[in-house]
Amino acid sequence: MPRIVIDVERCKGCGLCTQVCPKGDLVQMSDEFNSKGYRPSKFVDPEKKCIGCAFCANMCPDVAITVYR
Amino acid sequence: MSEAKEEKIVFQRPKALCDVVTHYCPGCLHGVVHRVIAEVIDDLGIQEITVGIAPVGCSVLAYNYIATDFAEAAHGRAPAMATGMKRVHPELVVFTYQGDGDLAAIGTNELIHAATRGENITTIFINNAIYGMTGGQMAPTTLPGQVTTSTPRGRDTKLAGFPVRVCELVSTLEGSAYIVRRSAYNPSEIRKLKAAIKTAFQVQMAGLGYSLVEVVSNCPTNWGMTPLESLKWLQENMLAYYPLGDYKVKDSVKELMAKK
Repeated sequence: MPRIVIDVERCKGCGLCTQVCPKGDLVQMSDEFNSKGYRPSKFVDPEKKCIGCAFCANMCPDVAITVYR
Repeated sequence: MSEAKEEKIVFQRPKALCDVVTHYCPGCLHGVVHRVIAEVIDDLGIQEITVGIAPVGCSVLAYNYIATDFAEAAHGRAPAMATGMKRVHPELVVFTYQGDGDLAAIGTNELIHAATRGENITTIFINNAIYGMTGGQMAPTTLPGQVTTSTPRGRDTKLAGFPVRVCELVSTLEGSAYIVRRSAYNPSEIRKLKAAIKTAFQVQMAGLGYSLVEVVSNCPTNWGMTPLESLKWLQENMLAYYPLGDYKVKDSVKELMAKK
């Protein structure tokens, strides 16, 4: 089952990954803070819609996303 | 439903990119370009023979992030330093990584002469139309009317002249072999950018001449925007003045690309 793992401590909360998902809004901004005070993004995929295209990971300037398929 | 199929990693940090947190602001495309360069270095298997030259500017610490040998040049002098390195060690792959303040202002002379001599080096040029590190002053590439800290009422072309289009300028020089402009505002552009950087490195390895890949980039902090707004602004304003495309692809480079 394709999925992504976000390293929340690496994430700077820029949100570039949230706008490119072809399945809509599988990557969203979190309401919580990481230790640096950024709001990292989070992976929300209850219906298992992720196809592992890695668009979000490609946009990430901090290489905080790993994609599994 | 059984989960018999084994899970594979399809995207992860490239080997040639150090496992450290960068100092770049959130949403800065420097991180993307660093990663793309590292991916190309991995793909070509040239990590051990590559030398990068870091500029002065935000990317001054690039040597902490890309896991190849690196040298730090004086402001704007990266192409001159790369020339020396490449001439003494022609077996190396030498690239310079420069922003618009470094390459298009204080370093214009070095750039033009390295290109016209046809040095076998590659330049990755990050153009975000502003001086990032020093606090958002006007750069030579700042768009007409663009507000910066040193042009609070917008760049007045009567006073400050017009922005420099580096690709167009360098493509007129006989020594340049592969001069292209790309961007990195969406995954498809990032793919094209990777292909261009790969070609540029291959042009150098084949000894065909000077190669330069310009990346139209962003600066959310000094543009005073959120990262997402900055990508929109980039597409609406920067691309009109700096159109993406291939500005010079010598016939010898076309032959090389056809073979790959």
